[in-house]
Amino acid sequence: MPARELFDLELEEVRDKVIELAKAAREQLEHSVDALYKADVELAQKVIEADTQLDELDLMINESAILLIAKQQPVATDLRKLIVAIRTSTDLERMADNAKNIARSALHLGSDHQLTIHEALADMRDVAFKMIDLAIEAYKEEDIQLAKKLSELDDLIDRMFAQVLEELLHMSATNPQKIQLIMQMAFSARYIERFGDHLTNIAESIMYLVKGENYDLNE
Amino acid sequence: MDFVAKVTINQTNELNKAEVVYDTEDLNLWYGNKHALKNINLPIYEKEVTAIIGPSGCGKSTYLKTLNRMVELVPNVHTSGVIKYRDRNILDKSFKVEELRTKVGMVFQKPNPFPKSIYDNITYGPKIHGIRNKKILDEIVEKSLRGAAIWDEVKDRLKENAYGLSGGQQQRLCIARALAIEPDVILMDEPTSALDPKSTLKVEELIQDLKNDYSIVIVTHNMQQAARISDRTAFMLNGELIEFKHTNTLFSTPEDKRTEDYITGRFG
Repeated sequence: MPARELFDLELEEVRDKVIELAKAAREQLEHSVDALYKADVELAQKVIEADTQLDELDLMINESAILLIAKQQPVATDLRKLIVAIRTSTDLERMADNAKNIARSALHLGSDHQLTIHEALADMRDVAFKMIDLAIEAYKEEDIQLAKKLSELDDLIDRMFAQVLEELLHMSATNPQKIQLIMQMAFSARYIERFGDHLTNIAESIMYLVKGENYDLNE
Repeated sequence: MDFVAKVTINQTNELNKAEVVYDTEDLNLWYGNKHALKNINLPIYEKEVTAIIGPSGCGKSTYLKTLNRMVELVPNVHTSGVIKYRDRNILDKSFKVEELRTKVGMVFQKPNPFPKSIYDNITYGPKIHGIRNKKILDEIVEKSLRGAAIWDEVKDRLKENAYGLSGGQQQRLCIARALAIEPDVILMDEPTSALDPKSTLKVEELIQDLKNDYSIVIVTHNMQQAARISDRTAFMLNGELIEFKHTNTLFSTPEDKRTEDYITGRFG
């Protein structure tokens, strides 16, 4: 039996849970933005309820990683794998909170708001999807070239957000009676934009995992 | 990483520019036909703890015993290369081994006090070197025992046999005995492997104190210990020095795959 086979399996389990959480956060984003566009209050409610499961998964990852650190006293790459799992899991949990916030906005708007949701929100969501998929791949393959691409996509989301915010401001000036509703849309755009920031953090974590050094992708 | 900003943190990776105590250049050692040390090049720095790690049979204890020429006690040993201690080649026949031993103390895996009183254990070395004055010997005993953090535990029973001490106390007594000759360097060959966890921690704390005054080279099987107490770590394998780095670097980002495999427990 190769040395530390059990430990290697346990490390893989932690990694698989992180990927599971990433996929779940992606699904939460998908459902919350759907709820917004379709004015689907029921779906929004489901997203909010499901968030508890993601919180639990985040806790589980943290506990497993801490237990492995205590039991196996890992060093070098092994230790970084566990530290990065803890960090990444925290970012994913916050991403899921943002999806929950989008669902709350959908609830605020209700099922009969008569408002056209700006199409840029769906475009931003698509970029966020692309980023999540890239992040999962980069994390799985420990590929820093993929990780670096994430910061470029984050810049794109930031620019899209700035533009949609400007348009929404203009819209609220011409539709003062709908200002509350338009604000919910602006909030939602902001929540999607936050996905990009967390995914950039994850990219930095992957670079730390591979290189053993800290990099700032926001500069 | 050209377009990405690297975040640098002030780590303790940058040690003070220390003097080199021992400088080993192209050292080879054979036990008969067995090539036990292969082209070792390794500096040992002043007032630092240098740990040597590696699997059994890698040559780490052989290297340690070469630093005080104890390895000469093994039949059929021959060497090539240079070990400079304070700029003089100790492998040169003109270098008197007795002189070397007054500069270099050694502590072994199992505590090995003499079957004598605590007091006589400490004064044994100084007496050999000609010190007879009772007052001076008393001072040496107190200073050495204090230096080894065992004075308070034994000051009221200095005339009792050292065998009556616990294992951990015996080991600290042996460290005190090494200090009594006021050495420049202390060599330690797995000094805590026969001790319980609490005694181990005491000896580790002691090593941290001792490096203010002495240069220490420690061979250890306990990698966490090397990580905890040393400033630099050397990893040896099959008689070769694979990697020698600041301890923080070696245990976080080792360069050589073999080092990574060893420190993460995947060796072999």
